[in-house]
Amino acid sequence: MTFWSIHIATRLVRLALVLAAVAVLSFALAKSSPVDPVNAYLGADIARAGPEQRALIAARWGLDQPVPAQFFHWLGNMLVGELGYSMTYNAPVIDVIATRFRTSLPLMGLAWLFSGIVGFALGILAGSRPDSWVDRGIRLYAYVLASAPTFWIAILLLTVFSVGLGWTPVCCAGPIGVVPEEVTWLQSLHHLILPLAALSVLGVAQIALHTRAKMVEVMQSDFALYARAQGASRREIAIRHGARNAAIPALTVLFASLGELFGGSILAEQVFAYPGLGRATVEAGIRGDVPLLLALALFFSFFVFTGNAIADIVYRVVDPRMDGKLLR
Amino acid sequence: MRLDVERFSLSFVRYDGVLRQRSIQVLHDLTFQLEGGEVLALVGVSGAGKSLLAHALFGILPPNARSAGSLRFDGVPLDDATLPNFRGRHMGLVPQSISHLDPLARCGRQLAWAAERSNLRLTKAQLAERLSTFNLPRTVAHNFPHQLSGGMARRLMLAMATVGQPQLIVADEPTSGLDPKNAENILRTLRGMADAGCGVLLITHDLVQSVPYADRVAILNSGRLVGMETARSFSGAGDELTGDYARALWRAAPQNAFTPEGPIDA
Repeated sequence: MTFWSIHIATRLVRLALVLAAVAVLSFALAKSSPVDPVNAYLGADIARAGPEQRALIAARWGLDQPVPAQFFHWLGNMLVGELGYSMTYNAPVIDVIATRFRTSLPLMGLAWLFSGIVGFALGILAGSRPDSWVDRGIRLYAYVLASAPTFWIAILLLTVFSVGLGWTPVCCAGPIGVVPEEVTWLQSLHHLILPLAALSVLGVAQIALHTRAKMVEVMQSDFALYARAQGASRREIAIRHGARNAAIPALTVLFASLGELFGGSILAEQVFAYPGLGRATVEAGIRGDVPLLLALALFFSFFVFTGNAIADIVYRVVDPRMDGKLLR
Repeated sequence: MRLDVERFSLSFVRYDGVLRQRSIQVLHDLTFQLEGGEVLALVGVSGAGKSLLAHALFGILPPNARSAGSLRFDGVPLDDATLPNFRGRHMGLVPQSISHLDPLARCGRQLAWAAERSNLRLTKAQLAERLSTFNLPRTVAHNFPHQLSGGMARRLMLAMATVGQPQLIVADEPTSGLDPKNAENILRTLRGMADAGCGVLLITHDLVQSVPYADRVAILNSGRLVGMETARSFSGAGDELTGDYARALWRAAPQNAFTPEGPIDA
């Protein structure tokens, strides 16, 4: 279908433009920040290196060249897949991102799924009986959670369930002293619960409030009224008509919320010392690991863009009124 | 089947400012009867409160509506306790516009839901048969409402309203927005149902169009019943009509000796 191929081609061009813009911006930010790659490299040895040695390292890395030249050198490397070397993890950036992503994927994927399912269910429940006590309860919950910072919720969960009750581990993706390869999936799950809860809770509020708004609208629609005139119960209307009509905006919000998921994961993983992408981002920032930081910025941009693109497409595919067509 | 509307009034409570409530009366003291086998046309301009009466009959008024008087179906008062047994099963509503169909559900499925709500489970073949009764092609079952023409959508809603074999059919402006051929088609179907023994309450703004299919005509103006005439008396210059308002309305139609009263260029 030419319609789709044109659409996908436009998206790809846009993606390239977005990534180029992010590359320029993040490179400029890294350059103008006080982070000095040479200092970051030397670490504790900083006192033992003289100015001549530092100049030698800088020259070896091309840091003595003008900034645009440095940028294009870096960009050229990026384009051929050479992401650089992470000094923090003492491994190629590409390997760091790959392993960290594998750890983060179950956390973010499940959080995304749960917040979608739970949020949608709560939204349907609340919106089918606006201003009932169920609705008030769900709304209060959603507003409180939507305005509570993730790291604060994470600390709260940690205090209650790990420190107070001792049900869940205090940190990490596996028991301390066990190499990642030997962690059983049950142990992984045990370590996943709290970060997952902290991260899901945030998304739930978003989806629930959006779904509720659409539900309230549907329950007042002509077709809901007509269903009542046919003898349908409120419950039947909520399930048959409400859920059907609220699903499209909920899906759109769910895909568009991928960006917030990454933002949330940075905070949640930091609090739980969960060795995923989020924590790697914080480490890279603190230690001045420029190659890793830049690569992560591009990686996140790619994901957020993809999420938004899917959000944009999904309702056009799902909604029969669009006949699978894309408006542009 | 017999429908009794007795001294029925309807008002809406609105908040005027924060604390003061104001009640706006929309229907005043309506009294009329409808029996099986007849078509009663309830005629009035838009805003006269016709649709509200239909909504009141089915108990689907907004929560701020307050009613007085009584609505009785075969002697049983229609209220929150009795209505669940009547809706869909004994009385069917033909709604006003295509917006009363769920835009995201296939038409066949919506017809099946309507049947289910009347305690009927229809097989695929029975569904197709229902559709063909109303002159709808079998493929309509797979269509979404936006893919139907205005006339087809109206016939589908007619099929939905009658799937539970109700004795009372309330049709709310079933011909608005339809071309004359499609409108006639709908009205003839409603007439046929009355001839088969149903009571039909035909709510419309179009007096001339509905007269040939009705037995009696009730005229509503600003929420009051201002005339109850036999359909037969709407002929010629309307000399047989008993009410002035009915006569004025009849004569206002261009084909019926329209004479504007008083000078036009005032």
